[in-house]
Amino acid sequence: MSATPLIRGRWGYASITDKIADIVLHRPTHWMWAAGLIVTLMMSVFFFGAMGYLFTVGVGIWGVNIPVAWGFAIGNFVWWIGIGHAGTFISAFLLLLRQKWRNSINRFAEAMTLFAAGIAGLWPILHLGRPWFAYWLVPYPSVMNYWPQWRSPLVWDFFAISTYLIVSLLFWYVGLVPDLATLRDRATTRAKQMVYGFFALGWRGEARHWARYETAYLLLAGLAAPLVISVHSIVSLDFALGNTPGYHSTIFPPYFVAGALYSGFAMVLTLAIPMRHFFGLEDFITKRHLDNAAKIMLATGLIVAYGYIAEVFTAFYSQDEYEIAMTLNRFFGPYAFVYWGVIACNVVIPQVLWFRGVRRNVLALFALSLVIQLGMWSERFMIVVSSLSRDFLPSSWGLFVPTFWDVSMLVASIGFFFFLFLCFIRVLPAITIFEMRELKHEELEGKEP
Amino acid sequence: MSAIYGLMAEFASADKLVEAARRAREAGHEWVEAYSPFPIEGIAEAVGFPGSRVPLATLIGGLAGGAGGFFLQWYAAVIDYPLNIGGRPTNSWPAFVPVTFEMTVLFAALSAVVAMFVANGLPKLRHPVFNAPEFEHSTRNRFFLCLRADAPRFEEKQARHFLERLESMKVFEVPL
Repeated sequence: MSATPLIRGRWGYASITDKIADIVLHRPTHWMWAAGLIVTLMMSVFFFGAMGYLFTVGVGIWGVNIPVAWGFAIGNFVWWIGIGHAGTFISAFLLLLRQKWRNSINRFAEAMTLFAAGIAGLWPILHLGRPWFAYWLVPYPSVMNYWPQWRSPLVWDFFAISTYLIVSLLFWYVGLVPDLATLRDRATTRAKQMVYGFFALGWRGEARHWARYETAYLLLAGLAAPLVISVHSIVSLDFALGNTPGYHSTIFPPYFVAGALYSGFAMVLTLAIPMRHFFGLEDFITKRHLDNAAKIMLATGLIVAYGYIAEVFTAFYSQDEYEIAMTLNRFFGPYAFVYWGVIACNVVIPQVLWFRGVRRNVLALFALSLVIQLGMWSERFMIVVSSLSRDFLPSSWGLFVPTFWDVSMLVASIGFFFFLFLCFIRVLPAITIFEMRELKHEELEGKEP
Repeated sequence: MSAIYGLMAEFASADKLVEAARRAREAGHEWVEAYSPFPIEGIAEAVGFPGSRVPLATLIGGLAGGAGGFFLQWYAAVIDYPLNIGGRPTNSWPAFVPVTFEMTVLFAALSAVVAMFVANGLPKLRHPVFNAPEFEHSTRNRFFLCLRADAPRFEEKQARHFLERLESMKVFEVPL
């Protein structure tokens, strides 16, 4: 593997800098980018319009009701926050493990994390019956003399998601500062010089600054690594601490974390493959990068498969009639097509990743990344909806049927995500320039990259 | 003599910069600054950087955040708003672990970043080194060594002579 270099072709410090910075500073607008921006902008406008309608009319526009009070909104929340895990995983874990190949994908993966986690954070608020009371989750000495319920996973979740958003933003911004300084120095218009210069904070790359910078960055990585694990674990506790069959399972934290990385790496590929093609970044995001990401998908996918098996095994081994009924309901019940779809998308089809030919086939990887995201979304739907639809009392069983607003808001949120991403790649460098120079330096030194 | 911030030499590679910084310190120059477009191994030691206190700030921030997070929950659940739930203890510390952990991470991360920027004296949008037109390549592909003029034993002629003998591409003044 090490035979394939991480930077392909003959690039130097200056040409790497110019190549990546010019995407932001000088590249003329391509009609496809503009078209994509307009389409996703319309979807974003629809998303916010639908939110306005939701706030005006109430959650009745969705298919949720008792017993299935958690419908698409919570499934979407878990799915989006899962996608938002790969960025920080790539930045933090792979940095600590000295996986140099992370350097060309961490920047846009972190942006992806921020956008996905931000969108994820909207859903729990949207799904509240009285969203204007969302701030009750915040602890402050209120005149109503109450405090949040500290023993509730929903409060833990609020702390976990907000911490995650803030720390991911810090991590991303700290990584951006030296590159913003590059853009400041390379910008040709006064406005760009001022804006990039302002956000670059006057970075000048002094040796002492770099030393403190690297220490702080490493510390952030060390802090973000357990944070990534904790966030999705806490999300899973929203379910696992409830006693509903299908929620109440000790496998949930690791199984959710693996699922999050699985869908997150799938999204990294969904974004990286078109990006490297359209912006000519094949020399920086090489097939070796795609291959490595595919291997991580394969590994996390197998952990997810273990989670599915463990759930079924535990249900029958426990001899708990509700757990058994829930499992059989997943196999053969009204949502059986979702369950088998999940198994197909997340367990069966991704096994083709064992083949090197597939891992190095860009189109196959792109298609597979979409399949896995569909599978992971369906898994969240399966957990959230099918568990609630059949709990202990047959008299309180009921089905959830999504409405137009359920489906359209999910699709529109995806549009909003891509809108943010399209803006990002033309405003900020999608690849960390200074780390690419460093990689080049190490290559020149003859060190194993 | 017009006031200058220092004398700067431009280099084409990281290794030459490290070597130059080391030799400048050996030659008795104080207040040596080295600028590079990416972090270089060994350069901090070469310019005589004693090591940062960012880790200490992070530790203190993390401990304070964790303690504060736990105190917040303990105060709310035990003192200010105790709830009797089947006679269970109000100080149910295992349930307070997730928020305590998140607050530890949050405050440690904030402290690390704030400490790094404060210790670096950033943000500082205006700095004399930006006055040198050559310096804009410091964020692209060039490496710079600066001998500060306000160092106690700085001699401009002697400093220029020293820099010119190094394998530099160019030696120039950084105006104040």
